[in-house]
Amino acid sequence: MQDKNHNRDFHHALAVDNDLCIGCTHCMTVCPTQAIRVRKGKANIIVNRCVDCGECYKACPVSAIVVEQDDLEMIFRFPVRVILIPSVLIGQFPKKIMATSIFNALKEIGFTHIYEVENCVDMVLDASKQFMLEHKERPMISSYCPAIIRLIQVKYPNLVGNIMKVNPPIDMAAMYYREKLKASGIPENEIGLFYATPCAAKIAAVKSPVGETESAVTGIIKMNFLYNQILKFLQRKYIETEPPQTDDLLSSRGIVWSLTRGEVVHSKGRALAIDGIKNVNDFLENMENEKLDHIDFLELRACDESCAGGILMSGNRFLTVERLKLRAEEYRAREDDKERKLTEGFLNINEHGFLGNIEPRPMGSLDEDISAALKKMERKRRLMCFLPGLDCAGCGAPDCETLSEDIVQRNAQISHCIFLQQQMIKQNLLSQEQAIRITANIWGEQRLEKNCNKMGAEDENN
Amino acid sequence: MQFKHKIAGGDFAKAGNIASSVKKILRQLNIDHAVSKRIVIALYEGEVNVVAHAYSGIVDVDIDEEKIKITITDKGPGIADIEQAMEEGYSTATPQVREMGFGAGLGLSNMKKNSDSMNISSVPAEGTIVELITYIKPDAR
Repeated sequence: MQDKNHNRDFHHALAVDNDLCIGCTHCMTVCPTQAIRVRKGKANIIVNRCVDCGECYKACPVSAIVVEQDDLEMIFRFPVRVILIPSVLIGQFPKKIMATSIFNALKEIGFTHIYEVENCVDMVLDASKQFMLEHKERPMISSYCPAIIRLIQVKYPNLVGNIMKVNPPIDMAAMYYREKLKASGIPENEIGLFYATPCAAKIAAVKSPVGETESAVTGIIKMNFLYNQILKFLQRKYIETEPPQTDDLLSSRGIVWSLTRGEVVHSKGRALAIDGIKNVNDFLENMENEKLDHIDFLELRACDESCAGGILMSGNRFLTVERLKLRAEEYRAREDDKERKLTEGFLNINEHGFLGNIEPRPMGSLDEDISAALKKMERKRRLMCFLPGLDCAGCGAPDCETLSEDIVQRNAQISHCIFLQQQMIKQNLLSQEQAIRITANIWGEQRLEKNCNKMGAEDENN
Repeated sequence: MQFKHKIAGGDFAKAGNIASSVKKILRQLNIDHAVSKRIVIALYEGEVNVVAHAYSGIVDVDIDEEKIKITITDKGPGIADIEQAMEEGYSTATPQVREMGFGAGLGLSNMKKNSDSMNISSVPAEGTIVELITYIKPDAR
């Protein structure tokens, strides 16, 4: 299933369901890496450009962008079934639903052990500190958000060297808990570790890890699926069992780690936290300018309100943040400031704390050969003189500039532009029939026919 | 391939826009990151110089297979003593400009550092022309 050379061959968690896709432009125009085109009335994801951020998933009006997950039945292959949960899982439920009720519901679903991934945050902090001392690149960019790592790989390849190659909490927690269970006498092949993910990027990170050979996580369960399962169990009567211990190393620091500013508060020196992929994109675009110099650390998260705003999260993101902050305060009240919660005896920083090499995977170049690239660039600039520049996406590409690139790369034609089509018809370079065929090729055979089932039309709900 | 950009004197908010658009073009031309970074830094400094000191300016960028030539031509006060202006820390920037975080007197020396050759000519009270050449393959210098 997985290619050995996973840095080149990406696994993506996002896919288009062609039965549901209506071939509109919503996903295409929000994609931060211009990774979507419409052909034959369906959205197509260009795998080398996609960073699994999930903007398309949020924008789709008919839920045609789907996120894969492993079958829940898969967990029963393992006698010991661990669900690794990020703190945002609890945060999305209303306050009246206690954490213990949630944990009990998870046991009812079939998990034997529940472990919170932020338990290992102090280990991440120590590894980060060591990495900052040993590496001079500034600003250091957090490795926490996998969509951001992928965005840098494809769009800002010259910043790959600035990524802080520290294993994120999920990987540390998976390794730690596996070791801990092994130490208690459970054979390794009986342990299955499943991660409840708030987003698509973390799925892609588990299925094709960047900078590590294999993920310690066995499988993935989507958070929205689990949310419904938990609520279903909470509706029913069930036997209250002893609450499991899920937080042997959890601290107030860990509980808010996945929220915006969760990392920067621990950073020495000048540090910034930026959330939302558009904000991150704008920031990285300007990073080489002198104005943004002298920053030591950047916490960059693809989602608005970080993981609380993950695409697979069900609760209101602001209420999720509120609940987590309150939970962190409760922990804080009984914490000793100097106390570190480390995984000693099970993990050590040098062996488990760091990621391997992260390869740049630049997507933007027109040609490897400079003279060919120059020719294509000249052609592209000339094309832009004729394209209307209003980014209507009527050609099946997100904007005029992307269309001009697709044309010079021979992935599209000038006649795909609906405005240039008019010119070409007027100059007898294109017949009306040809123009209609082009439209059908991009937007589908039935696009020009009457259809009352679309949103806002007469039979909208049929 | 050539292109031309205009710079308005005094518009600090837009200083760096030309450097950004050149950076995008260099990325598409698959030019080595280390080389493009130097070019972008040098051009950014040049833009700031025009914004801070001159009334208006024009940036001409000429890219061929071997090198990138950037010519920044401005209408402005000119530079009386180019040698002195090249010294690190020498600046004629006004206090207001310095308050905005510019005018540290590093512009010209940074431009020289980040290009393979730099030529300046200037006529006081008329303007300045700075020509920067950077080779695309670092070993072609």
